[in-house]
Amino acid sequence: MKRFSGFNLIGEAFRSHQGWPEHWPDKAPKASYDAIIVGAGGHGLGAAYYLAKKYGITNVAVIEKGWLGGGNTGRNTTIIRSNYLYDESAHLYDHAVKLWDGLSQELNYNIMYSKRGVLMLAHNVHDVQSFKRHIHANRLNGVDNEWLTAEECKAYCPPLDISPRTRHPVLGGALQRRGGTARHDSVAWGYARAAAALGVDIIQNCAVTGIRRGADGAVEGVETERGFIASRRVGVSAAGSTSLVMKMAGLDFPLESYPLQALVSEPVKPIFPCVVMSNTVHAYMSQSDKGELVIGAGTDQYTSYSQRGAFHIVEHTLAAICEIFPIFTRMRMLRTWGGIVDVTPDRSPILGKTPVKGLYVNCGWGTGGFKATPGAGDLLAYTIAHDEPHKINAPYNLDRFRNGRLIDEAAAAAVAH
Amino acid sequence: MLLIHCPYCEEARPEVEFVYGGEAHIARPLDPSTYSDEQWEEFLYIRSNPRGRHHERWRHTHGCGRFFNAVRDTVTDVFETTYKAGEARK
Repeated sequence: MKRFSGFNLIGEAFRSHQGWPEHWPDKAPKASYDAIIVGAGGHGLGAAYYLAKKYGITNVAVIEKGWLGGGNTGRNTTIIRSNYLYDESAHLYDHAVKLWDGLSQELNYNIMYSKRGVLMLAHNVHDVQSFKRHIHANRLNGVDNEWLTAEECKAYCPPLDISPRTRHPVLGGALQRRGGTARHDSVAWGYARAAAALGVDIIQNCAVTGIRRGADGAVEGVETERGFIASRRVGVSAAGSTSLVMKMAGLDFPLESYPLQALVSEPVKPIFPCVVMSNTVHAYMSQSDKGELVIGAGTDQYTSYSQRGAFHIVEHTLAAICEIFPIFTRMRMLRTWGGIVDVTPDRSPILGKTPVKGLYVNCGWGTGGFKATPGAGDLLAYTIAHDEPHKINAPYNLDRFRNGRLIDEAAAAAVAH
Repeated sequence: MLLIHCPYCEEARPEVEFVYGGEAHIARPLDPSTYSDEQWEEFLYIRSNPRGRHHERWRHTHGCGRFFNAVRDTVTDVFETTYKAGEARK
């Protein structure tokens, strides 16, 4: 890996930038590894990176069915925040937000983490009470979150219409200043490049077709399109396809996969300074550094693996955006797309061990996994390295669906369900 | 948007008239008090989530209001068939 630095950049400028090596080499799979990660999204690549960097396991392969970062990592709306209600959630997501800080320097790759603030609007008395409760709970957990009056919301986000005549008047908002956005592709690329430099093999276009278990039931390796790869430790981080991978190991999971859509507008000059979410109206939006308005829609009502959703969902979302931001009614949308999100019954992730020895899982992030990318990667790596969950992800076990200790973040997606 | 054939109204109507009702043919426990934690987990939370043929319930909320079952391919979203509640799994 050739480090990015001002000095190297100037040096390369004198030779037409021909001296940069490829970010990560395309590797053929070896016969065996100390650990295998299934799924080369941000979470999986992050897990491989932290395994090599923090936990000393460098003989690692990341196996990906498609291309690196081509799943939900490249399809989300890049929002980062940690203002979750329950203690377990606040610890989990804030662990990630702390890692986002300084990640560009650590990876030597500009992931463009921008702490522009996430503002959640309250439109009715219930919202006000619920957000204030969130704020108090967050502050007890050391997570920054503060209440803004409608005027303060307007000062923070000038395009907002706070007049009382609107269909959904703004009564105030909860602001997490450390929240913001990052460049989603860069996160995958940065982790891939840093992991490859530490000796991790990244194997793309190689679908896992089976998980081989020995006579004692423990994992022996994975069958892939390019042959069998042996490993006593396999971590699955396959988002919407987790149910399918787990079935290969004989496990049925409490997951359902839904299409979730997002869309971007034509690029315009900087107009929108932060991330705004509205639970009641069900809209969330930010502006990318390229100038596009990035808008998240809701999930479709039915399960699907099609990576596309229905148009009426988009229509509903844009109607909501136009309600709150009449200024954008004449914006033209450029692209829409869908990703497949794996949703658990309590809308909290599953991150830890499975009943199969040597098989670990990181799934169930539903509609909000991007913000957790560094944290999920780190905790999956910790769990694989120690064969025990970290105390942060210990509550996110599979057993909770049996013993009833659910972490019911029904508002995890910041929308009313 | 999906076009869904309601087996009661006997016509194809747009998806916005319907509400999805989750996986079909999950029987409610006949004697709940005898259910173990594992059986409750299975009944409440474990779903087949297949890639391909999926049996699911829909309700024609803005039509006849009745529940029915459907078989849909979860990759193409094409409906194979819909049939009335109570009929055998297709």
